[in-house]
Amino acid sequence: MNEETTQISLTVNGAPVTRAVAVRRHLVDFLRLDLNLTGSHLACEHGVCGACTVRVDGNVTRGCLMLAVQTDGADVVTIEGLSASGEVADLQKEFEARNAAQCGFCTPGMVLTSAELLAAGGVPSREVIRDHLSGNLCRCTGYQAIVDAVEATAKSRAAAGAGA
Amino acid sequence: MTPPDGHGEGLVGKPVARPNVRRLIHGRGRYTDDITVPHMLHAAFVRSPYGHARVNGIDSTMADGAPGVVRIVTGAEIAEICTPMIAVAAHRPGHKSAPQHMLAVDHACYQGEAVAAVIAASRAEAEDAAELVVVDWDELPAVMDMMEALSPDSPPIHPELGDNLCFQHVIDTGDAAAALAAADFVVEHEFEFGRHTAVTLEGRVILADWDPVEERLTVHQSHQSPYQMQDVYSRHLGIPEHKVRVITPDIGGGFGLKINVHGEEVAIAAISMMLGKPVKYTADRLESFVADYQTRDHLGFAKMGVDADGRITSMDFDNILSVGPYTAYIRFGLAEGVMAINCAAAPYGLTDYHARTRVAYVNKGVVGMFRGVGVPIGCAVTEVLVDQAAAKAEIDPVEFRRMNYHTDEDYPLTSVGGYAAKYMSLHRCLDACADIMDYKALRADQARKRETGVFRGVGVVTFVEAAAFGPIYYGPSGARVSTQDGCTVKLEPSGVVRCLTSVTDQGQGTLTGIAQIVADQLGIGMDDIDVIAGDSATTPYGGGAWASRGMAIGGEAALQAGKALKDNILDLAASILQTVPAALTLSGGEIRDVATGEARMGLAELAKVGYFRQDTLPAGTQPELMVTRHYVPGASYFVANGVQGAQVEIDVETGFIKLLGWWMADDCGRVINPLMVDEQIRGGIIQGIGNTLYEHCQYDETGQMLNASLADYLLPMAGEMPDIKIAHVETPIGSTELGANGIGESGTIGAIAALWCAVNDALRPLGAQVTKQPFTPEHILDVIEKAGRT
Repeated sequence: MNEETTQISLTVNGAPVTRAVAVRRHLVDFLRLDLNLTGSHLACEHGVCGACTVRVDGNVTRGCLMLAVQTDGADVVTIEGLSASGEVADLQKEFEARNAAQCGFCTPGMVLTSAELLAAGGVPSREVIRDHLSGNLCRCTGYQAIVDAVEATAKSRAAAGAGA
Repeated sequence: MTPPDGHGEGLVGKPVARPNVRRLIHGRGRYTDDITVPHMLHAAFVRSPYGHARVNGIDSTMADGAPGVVRIVTGAEIAEICTPMIAVAAHRPGHKSAPQHMLAVDHACYQGEAVAAVIAASRAEAEDAAELVVVDWDELPAVMDMMEALSPDSPPIHPELGDNLCFQHVIDTGDAAAALAAADFVVEHEFEFGRHTAVTLEGRVILADWDPVEERLTVHQSHQSPYQMQDVYSRHLGIPEHKVRVITPDIGGGFGLKINVHGEEVAIAAISMMLGKPVKYTADRLESFVADYQTRDHLGFAKMGVDADGRITSMDFDNILSVGPYTAYIRFGLAEGVMAINCAAAPYGLTDYHARTRVAYVNKGVVGMFRGVGVPIGCAVTEVLVDQAAAKAEIDPVEFRRMNYHTDEDYPLTSVGGYAAKYMSLHRCLDACADIMDYKALRADQARKRETGVFRGVGVVTFVEAAAFGPIYYGPSGARVSTQDGCTVKLEPSGVVRCLTSVTDQGQGTLTGIAQIVADQLGIGMDDIDVIAGDSATTPYGGGAWASRGMAIGGEAALQAGKALKDNILDLAASILQTVPAALTLSGGEIRDVATGEARMGLAELAKVGYFRQDTLPAGTQPELMVTRHYVPGASYFVANGVQGAQVEIDVETGFIKLLGWWMADDCGRVINPLMVDEQIRGGIIQGIGNTLYEHCQYDETGQMLNASLADYLLPMAGEMPDIKIAHVETPIGSTELGANGIGESGTIGAIAALWCAVNDALRPLGAQVTKQPFTPEHILDVIEKAGRT
């Protein structure tokens, strides 16, 4: 049995990529194994924990529930690309200052999910932040510092927006 | 706060951010599964689908020809080159455990136990081929219930052991039976603490690389102790120890799980030796659920006697637990049971105590180390009884605790369970916690809400944490467990400092603490120091991360190493500056005159002379700008303590529990970094909440785990968890210069007791009390209904 493959072309972190991929390979295996983008993690591979979170065509997506072949023509952004873009530099500083990451395994997914909430604008309540992050499992922090980091970023963005 | 020796930069005690967290936040962590090496192969395991079965034979004919397959390796083949794990504690007479092969040879004792490995070019191909391996199984009766396991009629899982009793231990202090009989009243309670598992977000991962030319084994592994694993690989595979190197890169969560020795991982190293190629294995989530070493699984029956003045006089605690089919190698699963009865009643001044722990073998996964190790059980059992006693005595439970605590004048003391404490700041922690939670206001709120039919409960509980275990504890067991840690501090030629420590960091911030401590000794800032850890070949030998030892032991070693390097620096500086070392000190990166504070020489200048211009020094001067110090704790363990408070609301129609607030006042000795301590506390509390409300490894009567997925095994998510308010009571421990105690387990230990007490407090007006965790809505409704019927 030879592995069935198909050719896909997509944009990953702003750069064009063309690869032949096994049709059964999911997106995060493709990112990790074929593109060496190891910032997206696998922890359950059944869509519960959120460690594999990436952005596909602007939407936060579980990379383990999407096949690589489904991303033909798509625009995929991983934690590597998001970090390099500077879009979440302020959020990442807040994470660091509050130790909102311990082992760091959930953190790329947390950052991507938080970025989605922050991009919606305004200052969400802690309850809304907690609710928004409820699809991302963290085993180390107890979540409070992550909620604090997101809240602080939202406040400083709102203040900067008001001042502008 | 004053730094330990009073003349550093004062980093100790400050909320310094972790330099090594940045890469994780930016997606640049390097976990074991991120590492690839040339010629690397991948493993998948063939696992027992039965709780208990005999393996008659393994036919790999079909799998051998599958795409990408390099080799199928059976447990029997591994056993030819790898000795089995035998975990029998030398200091526990009567303890027995059967030899445990790295992969089962002919007898699989739990669902998920690996019997063969498929090695292929990719993980996907290895998994495909694993399905083609045909195992001839004979299913055997599974022993699943711990009480049945202990009955004489139960078939022994390992016939050669005679029965399923792993071990029993009794504590008899005073005369508990007589004291209970003489008590003004006695309260009693039954407990069931369900089995759960660590669920590190990153599963276990190992990449073993045997170089057949140099006969050298290099292992990258997601593990808390590279030293322990170096020892294991060396001894079980017969490799000279200096040819084994274990590197632990970034670790995606440990919590004690990754201090255990899992046979599969040793098997991967053995297979790498067989093939002469690097082999990687990454546990997937299903494998983690069934094959990770699990935790808890206790039953308890306990009584407490109280006299007419409201003084606790006595306690009886019968504890039973199951540890799977084997005692966990290398540190034994015994502490889970022993610590439970050992720590019970530790805060209280009772005189008569009887306790027994019985440990049963069953056909579930092996129980190993996990955050708290038995202590949450002893604390919860004690605190539930204390609350019941307070209610019966009609004394406020906070007041009742204050009345019954040891007094400050009682120390040092050994508790009725044998907990030796130099000091516990019980009264101060109780005051601090009651203060931050505004205890009286919560009670007033509770009373008001009850009038409207809303059931709120408040739990205020005392916890102890045994931390930083020493050689007195582990030495006599015969286990090769290093209870000391070491630190090397090196002045680099440009005047910056590099540390190598034997403690490892899975996100606790330990390495940041080490940097703070050393930097203070050398009078430098965080930008001028780097810490390296997690490499058995290059760092000092030590324990790694377990039992909350990072700061308590590793921190002290770092402090002593920093001090020694400072002495050497000042000796050399005195020689260069033609003065005496006592006239000089270090601060702001400079060697300064003690009397005037004047900068005499930069560290960079001194290092330049020490490394490149020794010709300018008096003949025979041998600058020593790198030093190593180790620290061996003198006690069995250090005792940390504190108080937690929880407020809950119970919907008596649905059985749902809502967490309204959480508080903790801790005393972990000197706080090196309050940011890291707070995060250890918060993360620990949330894990304890998960243990108590959600987590449960559910097995059926044939040994099948029924909820081995993250969709079915519930864990705390952000939405349901409370914010946690923390106060620190700081009593530096006297036995080290640093004064730090442990904090890693306190959150979890106390949270479990706090939730038991808060929920029972809410249910008390209904005459109901919870008896088993997790507290599912079904259990809440059951106990309410049962109370209504009586």
